[in-house]
Amino acid sequence: MFFRALTTAFLTMIATSLSAETGKVSSFDLDNGLQLVVIEDHRAPIATNMVWYRVGAADEAAGKSGIAHFLEHLMFKGTKTLKPGDFSDIVSQNGGVDNAFTSYDYTGYFQRVAVDRLPLMMQLEADRMRNLVLTEAEVLPERNVILEERNSRVENDPGSLFSELRRAAMYMNHPYRTPVIGWKHEIEKLSLQDALDFYKTYYAPNNAILVIAGDVEPEKVLVLAQTHFGALKPSDNIPPRVRPQEPPHLAPVRLEFSDPRVRQPSFVRNYLSVNRKTGDQKEAAALVLLAELLGGSGISSVMGRELQLERKIATYATAWYSSLSLDPDTFGVFAMPTPGVSLRELEDAVDEVLAGFLRDGLDEDHLRRLKTQVAAERIYAQDNLDTVARRYGEALTSGLTIADVQAWPDVLQAVTAEEIMTAAKSVLNIDHSVTGWKMPQKPEVSQ
Amino acid sequence: MNRLLIAVFALFLIAMPATAQIKIQEVISPGGIKAWLVEEHTIPFIALKVGFRGGTSLDSAEKQGATNLMVGLLEEGTGDMDAAAFLKATEELAANFSYSARRDSVMISARVLTSNASEALDLLKLAITKPAFNQVAFDRVQGQVISGLESEKSDPDAIAGKRMNQISYGEHAYSRPREGSVKTVNMLTPADMLAAHRAGLSLDHMVVGVVGDVTAAQLGPMLDRLLGDLPKTGADLPENVDFAATGKTTVIDFDTPQSVALWSHKGLDRHHPDFLAAYVMNHILGGGGFGSRLTDEVREKRGLTYGVYSYLAALDHSNFVGGSVASGNDKIAEAIAVIRTEWARAAKGDFTAQELDDAKKYLTGSYPLRFGSNAQIAGALVSLQLDFLPIDYVNTRNGKVDALTLDHINRVAQELLRPDQLQFVVVGKPVGLQASQ
Repeated sequence: MFFRALTTAFLTMIATSLSAETGKVSSFDLDNGLQLVVIEDHRAPIATNMVWYRVGAADEAAGKSGIAHFLEHLMFKGTKTLKPGDFSDIVSQNGGVDNAFTSYDYTGYFQRVAVDRLPLMMQLEADRMRNLVLTEAEVLPERNVILEERNSRVENDPGSLFSELRRAAMYMNHPYRTPVIGWKHEIEKLSLQDALDFYKTYYAPNNAILVIAGDVEPEKVLVLAQTHFGALKPSDNIPPRVRPQEPPHLAPVRLEFSDPRVRQPSFVRNYLSVNRKTGDQKEAAALVLLAELLGGSGISSVMGRELQLERKIATYATAWYSSLSLDPDTFGVFAMPTPGVSLRELEDAVDEVLAGFLRDGLDEDHLRRLKTQVAAERIYAQDNLDTVARRYGEALTSGLTIADVQAWPDVLQAVTAEEIMTAAKSVLNIDHSVTGWKMPQKPEVSQ
Repeated sequence: MNRLLIAVFALFLIAMPATAQIKIQEVISPGGIKAWLVEEHTIPFIALKVGFRGGTSLDSAEKQGATNLMVGLLEEGTGDMDAAAFLKATEELAANFSYSARRDSVMISARVLTSNASEALDLLKLAITKPAFNQVAFDRVQGQVISGLESEKSDPDAIAGKRMNQISYGEHAYSRPREGSVKTVNMLTPADMLAAHRAGLSLDHMVVGVVGDVTAAQLGPMLDRLLGDLPKTGADLPENVDFAATGKTTVIDFDTPQSVALWSHKGLDRHHPDFLAAYVMNHILGGGGFGSRLTDEVREKRGLTYGVYSYLAALDHSNFVGGSVASGNDKIAEAIAVIRTEWARAAKGDFTAQELDDAKKYLTGSYPLRFGSNAQIAGALVSLQLDFLPIDYVNTRNGKVDALTLDHINRVAQELLRPDQLQFVVVGKPVGLQASQ
């Protein structure tokens, strides 16, 4: 009773706060195809400049895995007017922090600076969008850097090695089966020409989104964007983003992975899922809430309560769902057994919990609490507009529109218990899944 | 059209100041609790952080891990609310609470909506002042901590860090893992949690930072209600200790493709008059990522690593200069040789005016970026107070950086950097690297 009254009170308050300038989003299209998104935050004289390219690891040619990420590194190597290393030097001499990231569906670059340095950052990004210059002297050491990055992230971490195997088993045909960083034997053979070919095809205004967040006025940013990016020539050979899709999955896949570096055994399962599509985000929204209900909030979730609190057979249990991707990603469940519990017992218990959930339905009170948090997130998100900027970049490179991003909180809020259960029944299909056991050593096999 | 473009562009450049002044108020509550506050009324929520000096260094050798486990249990039930009930109540209010046990402090962070701030903080008060530490929750969280400690046994970074602390700090708490060992955590009891709570969370060791939709007048009573019931005094803080490693190379054999290496030697106290000069010097040497000497030499020129860094560790009770690098087993020896060469070169005091100028531009220009969100600012307010820095530090710090001279930087490099005293710890199967006898 006490809580219900409070919840109503703050939902009313949220409606009024949305009119504030902080968080206001504007969008423009330049004639050469560049899309500009401006997110206002006038609390401090700071701005973030982000360029997102609609290309990622899932757009690579067969045999060239890792080229999208390799090029991301090489983008700091120099242009027709800048020497290698000048880019980062100029950013840091202007008090900026910068970095870049590569995923399956996008490659992004950003600088965060005092707002009076924003024009210079835009000039630098515009320059390297079309004028990159590469020589063997920079490309070869950088390839070694990437191999060491792969060592740090993957080869030194058995959990990451296992993730790569599970992904390759999950996708029979779609390029999401290949690691973003690339397979080691293919990285070793990537060449300067591979990088340049990829660059010339994909790095152009008509394949990019410029996202500016901070203490700026949209019309002035538009003028700056026209000044710096307006003259860049579009690419005329960007392939359509039609990737090989999955054939029907007809049987459960299992992987048992052992490595002496594994100290804690664990159980994990991924189910092939659906993604948010433009104008059609309802099922994805149901799956987001399903993941929260099952495992997103620790011991108040179904898996945490039953496996950790009641049966005491897991030290940790969770569920997750990736809603934002150009092609369908997966829904996952994970659990770590308490000492003395076998992975077989744990997997059976997870299956019982999932079956029980499908049979008995969800806890309406839990769903209501989740929606309270979804509503509050609109307020909290305003505190970190870089996160909001990232959300726009990810969405716009994953086939969604600004309207889809803005509708998303309402779509989540409107999901019904029935829709969640329907989505659950559809996604939790064992024939569409890969189950993995991670162990210190292979179980003994009786002869 | 063109003229219009230029006019707007110029206006844009002039109208925006390069840095902001942050208005920090000191608030003293009616009950005597001091806090630093930045009012920010544009978003209807409050970010609040409370730090307690001491942290996991208050644990004795036998009870190492008690503070970490205690902090992990704060949200696991209070009074007649069990862990699940507490979590549900938090979700009802859409509040976020988090708790962390660091080497020198315990940190509690809260994010609450203005609309229900008093209810949310009443809930947090129960977690901070009346945690239940009941056996059921204790057993569960103890199991999670042990599971994490087991996993760390095969993590090369964790293995290297633990060995470096052992070598460097003798019998002092800094020599022991923050979270304890499987052995010590297994022996802890709920009674130890009460003792760690009584020792670690007290008003005399507390600092508070608040940013958001609250006024100074509102904040005082809010703090008294939230924190006023804590004991006035806690445990004595640990003794100071000198960094004691003696410049050897320790190799820990571990079957993995890439070796991880850490290095350290004695450093400088946070309040030493040369500290800021040392900080800027280290930025040029290896603290600054791209553009730093170590990144240029080890990564950019030779492709030996993905990341190489050095840093000044200013703990509350000791200090050291440290660094880390990771390279394939066949390349780590070369990476370490290059690092030794750069360390020796820097120790001669050969930094240039250009390097210092570039570092100043970056460090002064990027400082305001640390104050971009309410949550970041609240964190900074607590860190500054834990470091005993004055309330105007945020607005005077850049002036101090700009005033540093090249002679000062080079003198500090000569005094601080000791290439012959570098202690290395390497985990992996390094090729061509000799361990010291």
